[in-house]
Formats: sequence, structure tokens, C-alpha cells
Amino acid sequence: MLELFNHPAAPEAIIAIAALVLLPVGAFVGNARAALISFLGILVLVAAAIVAGSNQLGVLFNGAFVHDDFAAFAKVAIFLASAVAIYLGHGWLARRDDEKFEFPVLIMLAALGMSMMVSAGDLISLYIGVELQSLALYVLAAFRRDEAKASEAGLKYFVLGALSSGILLYGVSLIYGFTGSLQFADISAAVAGGAGTGAVFGLVFLICGLAFKVSAAPFHMWTPDVYEGAPTPMVAFFAAAPKLAAMVLFARAMDAGFLGAQAQWSQVLMVIAAISFVVGAVGGLVQKNIKRLLAYSSIANIGYAILGIAAGTQMGLQAMLVFMVLYMVDVTAFFAVIMALQRNGQEMDTIESLRGLKREKPGKAIVLTILSLSVLGMPPFSGFWAKYYVFKAAIGAGLWPIAVAGLVASVVAAFYYLRIIKVMWFDEPVSPAGPSRAGPSWVAMAGAAFSFPLVLVALYWLDPLARHAAAAFGLQ
Amino acid sequence: MDWASPLGWTLIAVGQILLVTVGILLSLAFLLLADRKIWAGVQMRKGPNVVGPFGLLQSFADFFKFVFKEIVVPAGADKVVFLLAPLITFILAFVAWAAIPFAPGWVVADLNVGILYLFAISSLGVYGIIMGGWASNSKYPFLGSLRSAAQMVSYEVSIGFIIITVILLAGTMNLSGIVEAQAGWFWNWNVFGNGAKNWPTIVIMFPMMVMFFISALAETNRPPFDLPEAESELVAGYQVEYSSTPYLLFMIGEYANIVLMCSMLSLLFFGGWNAPYPVTFAEPGSLIYNLHALLWFMIKTVAWFVMFALVKAIVPRYRYDQLMRLGWKIFLPTSLVAVIGVAAWRVFGAQ
Amino acid sequence: MLQAIAFYLMAAVTLGSGLFVISARNPVHSVLWLILSFFSAAGLFVLMGAEFLAMLLVVVYVGAVAVLFLFVVMMLDVDFVRLREGYAQYLPIGGVVALLLMIEMVLVSFAVADRGAAAGKQIVAAAADASNAESIGRVLYTDYVYFFQAAGIVLLIAMIGAIVLTLRHKPHVKRQDIHTQVGRKRSNAMAVVTPKTGEGIADQ
Repeated sequence: MLELFNHPAAPEAIIAIAALVLLPVGAFVGNARAALISFLGILVLVAAAIVAGSNQLGVLFNGAFVHDDFAAFAKVAIFLASAVAIYLGHGWLARRDDEKFEFPVLIMLAALGMSMMVSAGDLISLYIGVELQSLALYVLAAFRRDEAKASEAGLKYFVLGALSSGILLYGVSLIYGFTGSLQFADISAAVAGGAGTGAVFGLVFLICGLAFKVSAAPFHMWTPDVYEGAPTPMVAFFAAAPKLAAMVLFARAMDAGFLGAQAQWSQVLMVIAAISFVVGAVGGLVQKNIKRLLAYSSIANIGYAILGIAAGTQMGLQAMLVFMVLYMVDVTAFFAVIMALQRNGQEMDTIESLRGLKREKPGKAIVLTILSLSVLGMPPFSGFWAKYYVFKAAIGAGLWPIAVAGLVASVVAAFYYLRIIKVMWFDEPVSPAGPSRAGPSWVAMAGAAFSFPLVLVALYWLDPLARHAAAAFGLQ
Repeated sequence: MDWASPLGWTLIAVGQILLVTVGILLSLAFLLLADRKIWAGVQMRKGPNVVGPFGLLQSFADFFKFVFKEIVVPAGADKVVFLLAPLITFILAFVAWAAIPFAPGWVVADLNVGILYLFAISSLGVYGIIMGGWASNSKYPFLGSLRSAAQMVSYEVSIGFIIITVILLAGTMNLSGIVEAQAGWFWNWNVFGNGAKNWPTIVIMFPMMVMFFISALAETNRPPFDLPEAESELVAGYQVEYSSTPYLLFMIGEYANIVLMCSMLSLLFFGGWNAPYPVTFAEPGSLIYNLHALLWFMIKTVAWFVMFALVKAIVPRYRYDQLMRLGWKIFLPTSLVAVIGVAAWRVFGAQ
Repeated sequence: MLQAIAFYLMAAVTLGSGLFVISARNPVHSVLWLILSFFSAAGLFVLMGAEFLAMLLVVVYVGAVAVLFLFVVMMLDVDFVRLREGYAQYLPIGGVVALLLMIEMVLVSFAVADRGAAAGKQIVAAAADASNAESIGRVLYTDYVYFFQAAGIVLLIAMIGAIVLTLRHKPHVKRQDIHTQVGRKRSNAMAVVTPKTGEGIADQ
């Protein structure tokens, strides 16, 4: 019995079976007892994370499913982030008397899709994984169906996501036509001596489709609207785990499938990274809504992660993994603070509404300050270490110009984080905050604690783990 | 004449098709009369008895009446679609008969996937109705056609699952193969669990037969599921604006579909052309053997047609939500469980 | 020869009806043309000996999906004339994109024919006695079972999503609950009272 848990696909099987069981159970016990389903969902995800971190590595289904160190690292992070998302989301929905048992099930199925993505060994499992995850996310974005903005966010996300899936599929079909295989192993053999024009064409379409999913510029159009409109805990989820999954998938598609065409794709990725820096930094300057601001921030941050892949080295991949994990913690905590801040029953999601927060809620103001400084990249907070890894890898691979562009973008972006801090600490409060049903802020506090002192401890084991994971592709 | 040449092959095919079509049209004339007679009998009336002895020629009189009437196309109707709709219903109802084996080897096209072909063609039947209802440019026909489309699509799902149970038992999708798998005594028929080797499946197959019959009623818009043409609510549903030959085509198509469903019931569950006893008095393949088989096929089909007619006369009409509830909440799960059950038996239980 | 005639006939019908799908003025006619083109595509499948796929195409696409299409198009009162206003305006850029995609497709076809894109891979011939339903089943449930199951979960999510986003239990709508209907007893449905003359029955 126990060796079943050692099977390479055990975490996926656990989540899939648990989701299929919890769905009818939820339908019978009803929304009133959604808390039970959420609790079980969290347990299952944590268990899956433990299994994913300890089970046997292997390749299954004729190479369609690859469970290697790289995938295992990402799966643990994804499952834990999804568990946190269920916790945050359930509390948020419960405070609005809108608990639904489908919510934890959808998050679990999204986590399943993400773990299929990070384990994708061929283009079909890549596509199915992406669709599995995206469909769940579309539904989550529109979860508060009576709010016009949430419906709009869901619809926009769906339409643009479907378009990007089309682009991705078109690229897949071109790649299949020109290389004769859907499996990364065969594709990499076919393009070993340099890829032909056709395959590169397909590759570019594939990259465009994936860039859409990670919201890298110039395929970022959906991000601000979805971040603004979708319910906050859903956005906290979108901004963390799916981004990591898509980045890992990105890395695997490039390094396991198209290593021979590295010269071509690393150029494309550098361009995407550079545009993301510019769009993220400049776009964020004019935002008034914190969620929109974080959308632009995530565009810029994805640029850094892509830079890590563009480096095309093992160090680059390690940097990408470390960056994404630290960013996930930061951004989840950031959204947790927003969820914990309320004024007169409204979420305080504009920068204006934060005025004078120091006087009203000094604890939360400090947390928000720490997180802002961290995302900004101020040493010694975790954001700094994340960027440090990426820049080191980029410079190591000789990508000087892009690294400099990234640095400049960081400086520009610093302005809008500093504006949040200024508004909180030096402006006069608008109106006293009335009674509110804000959530607990311990997730946010934990995140803040992580981003300064704990990150140093965490890096102590994150560094070797990420290096180990990044070694899975045998790059130099 | 070289019958193997393309021309000869075409001629033979056309001949077979004509034979089947004319045969079915003729029998439809009398089945229609039987329908009315049974209906009348239940209501203690005499039914049509004026034209010909016992009213036997009534259907032909009706035929000529319809043909000689004027075709009325409503103002604002989509003329092409309006006239296409009855044609589609009529043609599809007859196209399906191509795959029906009347006796060993007596089949126009012995398809490998014959049962899927029947399923596919019967799922197309909805187009005639929905097109007719839409093209009439009138409210009652449109409402009727919408009802009918939803109803047919719903019941198709469970019909599909029921057919799968039969396919699993027979191990083939060829209709002749399915019938041959039920040869011998009557307890080899699928409805009784397909004989000694699969006997426990009787628990599943008998309810499946009943469900197939009920779904067939719904699929052909027969009472008690005749909501698309419910007189009291929608006048005559999608047929309101039709007159003359187009109406006749609708009518014939509808009855051809009903008889088709009856023949499917006998093929899938009641051994098709097989007699309920092993035939020993004639060589398999001889003309006597085949005629005897044809006789039994016709007996079974007509018996089911009588059931259709009786149901029409006896059972009151369902309400629409009850109809949908029956289809989606009872038949669909039950037939799904049945598929799992039969599959499990075939994998784990059968020798 | 018969096969060739059938092929050209059905190919022409497929292409022609495909053309009418996008050029028909009435959206309902477009869907009807679409159905015709599905149908003749199924005919082409039969010609290739893939009768199982042909039947599935008819059952799934013509029998179910297109019916729902037709439903939606008939029910939604979309003003297609207005939708088409920008048609001529976007025609050039749309044409360029279509042309590019077509060129790429042609290139892929040539690459496949030329260099043998599936090089090193033999086409696995189906066993002579296996029907094509059997061959598809064998591949689908062995080699591709992972994708098959995953695709099933994708559809499950779509279903959950549709229900979550649209199902509303309206409190004031009367619904038939067969369970309560059947469970109703005489004791909780009626009461026998003997009212005095001239007083009537007080609410109890």
C-alpha cells in the first residue's frame, strides 16, 4: 500500500481522486458545510506536496509524464501555494456569506493541471495541462458572478486565454509538422543540429502562447483587468502558483525540447523580458488601484524570471526557481494584507484609501511596508535576493544589456512602491475606518516575516534544492 | 450484363433500395391504419371503416387527399428551409433502413458500425423538426420545435448508453452480428440476458429494454412525450403551418421513424429475425429459412408497433419538466450504471 | 471509379458548404451549411475506411453540437448586419493573416512530404482483422490513456464551471419535489373540524 505513494504520479492521483470524491460529497452536504470541504482540500494538497517531495522520480506514459527533480521542486511549491489559496479564499468567501464547496475543488483541479504542466513531457500533455489549469482559473475569476467586474474579468480572461490557447496549438501543430514528433525528447533530437525555419516559426508561436499564460508583455493585456476585477483571493492565487507552473513549463519546453535552437529562443525571450520590464515599470506608475498596480508589478517580475530562462544555463534555471518561489511568498502576503484591510465593508484597494494607515492600523502598515520594500528589491528583503540570483545568472551568461535594463526598470518601479509607503506613513487619513469584517492578517504577517529575517534561513536550503532541481536538464 | 462492374453494382444497389423503400411505404400505409384502429378500439369506437373493406384503403385515400391539396407557404416564411424540413425528415427516416437486416443477409448495407449508423441517423431526425419550426415564422411551431430539439437531444444520450450495453454483450457493432449473437432459443435474446453465458445480465438488460422503449417514445415524439405537437398547448407544434404534401412527408417520416424504433427494439433486444426456437426444418441460407426469419422479424416489429399504439391510446401526457427530469435524472444515471455493470460483467464475470 | 466520383462529390460539397457558412447572410443558414459540411466530411471519412470516426462525427457534431449551435443562433437575436459593419474594413488585414497561415500550412505539408517529418516512425498498420473501432480503442486506452483521462478532467471542470456560474436556486420558484409529495401523510395534510354554526373556522 505504501509503495503506491512512492509512484511517480502519486501526487496527481491523490489530488484527482480527492477532487472527484470531494465534489459529490460537497454536493450532498451543501454549501453550508463548505468549510469541511476546504479543510479536507488543504489536507489533501499538503499531503500531495509531501508525497511530491519524496516519491520516486520517473518517466511514465511513453514520456508524456516526467517526474524529475525540477518537477518535484515546482510541485511542492505549487501544492503548498494552492493550499494557502484555499485557506485565504475560504475565509474571504465565508466573510461574504458566499461559501461554495466548488471553490476548494476548483483550486485542487487547477493544482492538478499545474502539476501536469510542470511534468509535461510532450506537447499534448503541455496543452492539456495548460487547459486544465486555465479553465479552472477562468471559473475562479468569475466566481463572484453577481459582481459586474468579476464577470467582466472572467470573460476577458476566458476570451484572451482561448485566443492564446489557439496560438499555442498552432505552434504545436507547426512543430509537429516540422520535427515529426510531439515528445520533447524526439523534438530535441530533431533540432539538435539547429532548427529549421519552420520549427522556429512553431517555436515562436509556442512561446507567444506560453507568454500569454505567464502574462509577459506584450501579451499582458488581460492582466490588469483580471487582477482588478477578479475576487482578491483568486488573484492572490493567480499571481502565485500558476505563474510558477507556467514558468517551469516554459523552462522545460525550451531546455528539454529546443536546446538545439537556444540561439533563437533566447533572443525571443530577451525581447519579451525587456518589453515586460518597460511595460511593468512604466505602466505601474499611473495606476491608482493597488490590484492593478500589482498586475503591472507581476508583469515586470515575470520579465526577471524569463531572463533567468533566457540565460540558458543551469544557474539561470536555479535563479528562476528561487525568484519565483520568493516572489510567490511576497505576492501572496501582499494580497493577504489587502484582504485584511477593509474600510466600511469595502476592500481598501486604491492607493488613496491607504492614506494614514500608520495611525489606524500600525501593524498592517508595517507589514505592507516590509512587503513593498521586498517587492521593490531593497536589501536585505527577499525580493532583493530573488533579483540578485537572476542578475547574477544573466551576467554569468553574458546578457549584460538586458540585465542593465532590468536594473533600470527596478529603479523606476521603486517609485510606485515608495509611493505606497509614503501615502501610508506621511499622509493624513481620509476618514476613520468604520467597523469591518476584515480577515485575519497572520498570513500576511508570516509573509512579511519571511521576507526579511526568515528568508536568510530559507535561502540556506532553498539554494541547494533549487540548484539540484535545475540540474535535471544537464545544462552547464 | 456484368453485375460486378460499377454500373451493375449501382443498378443492384438502386434495386435493393427501391425494394426496401416501397416495401416499407406499403407496410406503413397499413400500420398507420392499425394505429388508428387500435386507438379507436381503446376508445370503443370503430375507427376508419369506410374506404375499402374494414377501411383498409383509408391510408391511400388520405395519401391522395394530401397530394392533391395546395401547398401553402406562410408569408414571411423561409421558403427553402420550410420545404427542405419535411424532405429531410422523410429522407432520413428511410435512409436509416439501409442498415436494418430483415433476414440473414437481407440487408442493403451490412455496415461494420451499423448500430452507430442507426444512432447517427436517428440523431439527425431533430433537424427536420427544428428547421420546420423555425422556417414557419410563427410562434407555436417555433416553441414546438425548441421543445422537441431539447427532448430529442436529451433522450439520445440515454439511448446511446443503452445501445452500448447491447454492443458490450454482443461484442460487435454490426447489426447482423448482434442478431446472430442471439440465435437459438428465446432465452438467448439480449432482453433475457443473452443466454447461459451471460445470464446474470438479465438484471440489467430487461430494465434497459424498458428504458429503450420509453426513450424511443420520447425520441419519436410519441405520446406520452408528444409535447412538441401537444394539441392542447401548441396546436400541432412544428406542423401548424404545414399542409398538403409537406405535411404528408412529415407524417410518413414520423411513422417510418416509429417503425424503425420498433425494429431496433426487436434487433437489439428480441433477437431480430431469430425465431424463439431453433430452426431445424430449413437449411440456413435457403429461401424458406430466410422467409421464416423475415416473418419473425415482422411479427416482432409489428408487436412493438402495437405497443406504441397502445401507449398512445392509454397513457396521459407528461409535463415538460417531468419529461426532462425523467431523461436526465433517472434514465441517464441508470443507463450509465448499466454500462458499467455490463462492462464489469464482461471483463470479470464472463467465462 | 465510383470512389473517385464519391470523393470529388463530397469534397466539393464540403468546400462549397464551408464557403457558404461564412458568406450566408442569415446566421441560421450558416449553421445549416455548417451541418452539411460536417456531414460530407463524415462521408469523406467513410471513403478512407474510417467508418467509426465518420459515425462519431455525425453523432457528436451533427447530432448534438450543431443542434445546440442552431439553438443559440435561433434564440439569440443578434443583429448580424451590424456585426458585419466592419467586415470590409478588416478584410485586408484578415486576408493577410489568413494568407500567412495558409502559406505556413502549405510549407508544413511540403516539409512533411519532403523530408519525412515523421522520419524514423513507421505507420503502425492496424491488424487486418481488427475493425477500426477496435484499433482506436486499443490506442486510446493504452498509449494515450493519460491524455484521455486528463481530457476527461478538463471537461469535468467545464461542467463544474457552467454549474457554478449559472445555477441559481431561486427561493420563490415553485418546484416539484417528488420526495415530499410521496412522503405526505393524511395527518399533516388535512384536519377534520366541526365548526359551530355561524362562527366559521378560526386559523389554527
